[in-house]
Amino acid sequence: MKQIRISINGTEYQVTEHSNLAAVLMDKAIANRRSVTGEPRMAVCGMGSCGECRVTINQQAHQLACLLQCCDGMEVDCEP
Amino acid sequence: MSLNVVIVGAGPAGLAAAWSASQSNANITLIDQAAQAGGQIWRGGQGYAPKRYRHLFGQQTTLHYRKQTHVLGASEQQLYLATPQGPQQLRYDRLILANGARELFLPFPGWTLPKVVGVGGLQALVKGSLPIAGKRVVIAGSGPLLIAVASQLKQRGAIIKAVVEQVPIAQLLRFGRSLVGNPTKMLQAAQFAQALANTPFYVNTWITAAEGEGEVQQVQLNNGQRIECDYLACSWGLIANTELAQQLGCRLEQNFVVVDRSQHTSRDQVYAVGELTGIGGEDKAVIEGQIAGFVATGNYQAASQLAQQQAQARQFSQQLAASFALRPELRQLAQANTIVCRCEDVTLAQLQSQPSWRSAKLQTRCGMGICQGRVCGGATQYLFGWSQDSVRFPIHSVSVADLVMESV
Repeated sequence: MKQIRISINGTEYQVTEHSNLAAVLMDKAIANRRSVTGEPRMAVCGMGSCGECRVTINQQAHQLACLLQCCDGMEVDCEP
Repeated sequence: MSLNVVIVGAGPAGLAAAWSASQSNANITLIDQAAQAGGQIWRGGQGYAPKRYRHLFGQQTTLHYRKQTHVLGASEQQLYLATPQGPQQLRYDRLILANGARELFLPFPGWTLPKVVGVGGLQALVKGSLPIAGKRVVIAGSGPLLIAVASQLKQRGAIIKAVVEQVPIAQLLRFGRSLVGNPTKMLQAAQFAQALANTPFYVNTWITAAEGEGEVQQVQLNNGQRIECDYLACSWGLIANTELAQQLGCRLEQNFVVVDRSQHTSRDQVYAVGELTGIGGEDKAVIEGQIAGFVATGNYQAASQLAQQQAQARQFSQQLAASFALRPELRQLAQANTIVCRCEDVTLAQLQSQPSWRSAKLQTRCGMGICQGRVCGGATQYLFGWSQDSVRFPIHSVSVADLVMESV
């Protein structure tokens, strides 16, 4: 399987092409977002319903990571 | 001019509808929000579908397949879409709704911790290449999905620490006996049982809390047991995605779309199939999808030949609902400070003083976040008996750019 590079919060990672972005973030234990009271959150439903996995991709905010496949050069930003 | 048949959802039901509609010369459009057809059950493509259903993926080239497209709303003849190319309108003569279902999540202490996920949710992430080999997983909640996912994850090398089902054993055995006469389901059940031969399986048992620093590390059961784990997958059944049907004014009963034997809803030219009409899994979805595709294109003869299978599938769906009814103790899991609405972090205590869903939205912002009540709506219906009183355009949270049409 082809390996590609994506950046998450400014750090480069090598991942398998077409892997699900929410799965990659969960495996690396990187929280996708902070809740309104500051809790770290990761994907829950995995199918585009709950919105917990939303991240900023290539400067576009509120993208659902669970509906997206990783592609080369993708820049992912999670809420600190 | 050929008939415009539009199908929303490319899971088993939608693919089956597309297949049977394509036996005519209709102009077919199949819309789905995911990057790949198959829905949740066949997520990852045709390799995940049983052999007898793989042909349903075959006609993707002969129809208009619109992936990564969200339906934001519908009027009598038009759908309003958010596509990767921007907003679009799509005219239909016949509309087949195959929106599927999402999982019911009930709040309990610790359920917002990272790596507490849905059962179908974890299955989806694993199919999306989440490494699960060697990971300790607890699967809890209710329904046949628990053992189905447990056996799949085990095959991929996960250590299933426990499967925790809230239903009492007598009820479960009754469900087992009801499968007699349904060879496909019997075989499936036997395969799961064999795959999970050495896996701890608790009935009459449920999760009371998830605990951990930064992510889930252990779970607590109502029998006092504590189990360490890397993932907790839980869900308490499925809720049909009826938002689009509701916006069209289709009649609903007990949260499902009412259809006749032709899969016709209460609205002209609108059909509903699969989980929308009652939770029943892939066989019911495929049969209902085929019927709607045939009827929508005037092939009544072909549709009528499926009537017996349709009746059997609906009977299974009713058995399923009766067998996995939720016990009242699950209403006591959430504590005063447990978050119920995850989008807006609204706690149980904040909601207990509210008289209705509408009031809760206005006073606490419950249900006002990105999920638009898709998670907390199911939970508050179970906890307080609240129901949503209207579904407005757009039915998904979208960016303003997805709403602005360029004028010509």
